[in-house]
Amino acid sequence: MTAGHLLAAGQGESTGASVAFWLLAVISVLAGLGMILARRAVHCAVLLAVVMLSLAILYAVAGAPFLAFVQIIVYTGAVLMLFLFVLMIVGVSSKDSLRETIAGQRLAAGVAAIAFLVLLSLVIGHAAIGPAAPAVPRYGVSNLRGIAVLIFTRYVFPFEVTAALLITAALGAMVLAHRERTTPKPTQQELSRQRIAGAHPSPLPGPGVYARHNAVDFPALLPDGSPSALSVSPIIAQRASESEGGLPAPPLPPGNGGSAAAENGKSAGPDDDAGRESAGAAPATTGQAGTEPGEARS
Amino acid sequence: MTPSHFVALAVVLFVIGAVGVLVRRNAMVIFMCVELMLNAVNLAFVAFARQHGNLDGQVIAFFVMVVAAAEVVVGLAILMAIFRARRSASVDEANLLKY
Repeated sequence: MTAGHLLAAGQGESTGASVAFWLLAVISVLAGLGMILARRAVHCAVLLAVVMLSLAILYAVAGAPFLAFVQIIVYTGAVLMLFLFVLMIVGVSSKDSLRETIAGQRLAAGVAAIAFLVLLSLVIGHAAIGPAAPAVPRYGVSNLRGIAVLIFTRYVFPFEVTAALLITAALGAMVLAHRERTTPKPTQQELSRQRIAGAHPSPLPGPGVYARHNAVDFPALLPDGSPSALSVSPIIAQRASESEGGLPAPPLPPGNGGSAAAENGKSAGPDDDAGRESAGAAPATTGQAGTEPGEARS
Repeated sequence: MTPSHFVALAVVLFVIGAVGVLVRRNAMVIFMCVELMLNAVNLAFVAFARQHGNLDGQVIAFFVMVVAAAEVVVGLAILMAIFRARRSASVDEANLLKY
């Protein structure tokens, strides 16, 4: 690509498109690198969303507004949300192990990647990819109409095959993700018996209901003023201890809760006032606690 | 900003995705890297469509998106089945065809 090409292209394209291209190229490459380097799968998913959104804007810059919207709706909206759903089931905090299972695999992968990059760069450098063709009427406003004409005339058979593919994929997903019930479903009577026979016939205390704070990671205060470890879900307690590297279910002193309430814009009043205020926002968590009657939280 | 710029960006993104597939051990992340590679190829398709001034490349990119969506659906369902059996999403754990 010569400077003449660049000049010719620069005259044809608006500077806004160039600015958008360079900005989004840098953002998408950085996000892609972060995707490889991030250990948590959730971070990878978020960074992939960044890449996909930048690519959507790049499609719009390159004269494909229909594909830009399809990219946002299908990829960022559907595919990535599916990824996040499965990620929530598999485990949000699932991390990659840093242990190499095959010796020298990362080094080999790096060398192969660099070789591949050099190869593709040489191919592109040698191919004479000229400047963009002059804008034809099919581009721009009537982009959607042009694509529709192509899909329903020249590409109508691949389009029908795509429909078959989608139906097959939906059926396959249902078959693969379906799980047969191996034990009979417990009846309501059995559930209530189990609840009465368990350690907690009543619903467990919700987090922070009786304290001055109604966050789910904040333990409720018992009548004697001590925090109740039962009121914090074990998953949240585990995450808190992971992130702080300290105690499970951090039993914070009451003074801490008061300062947090003051940050929320409430005056740090007497205990029972704030407790009544926060009790209104808590029934969701108490309801959740009530659905698992037999399990004692630890 | 010519189509070759777009193709160069597509190459970089494709290589990043390929490295991710080679290096990462979590099956979810490997899937995401495959998606990144598919996106890079789509970008190349759009760039070449722009260069030639016709819409065929955009139609092909559209079909690639549909196929990628189907691939993700089936792949994630397989991943769920493996996770139920082995309680792990690591590709190192799934080293047996059965059990």
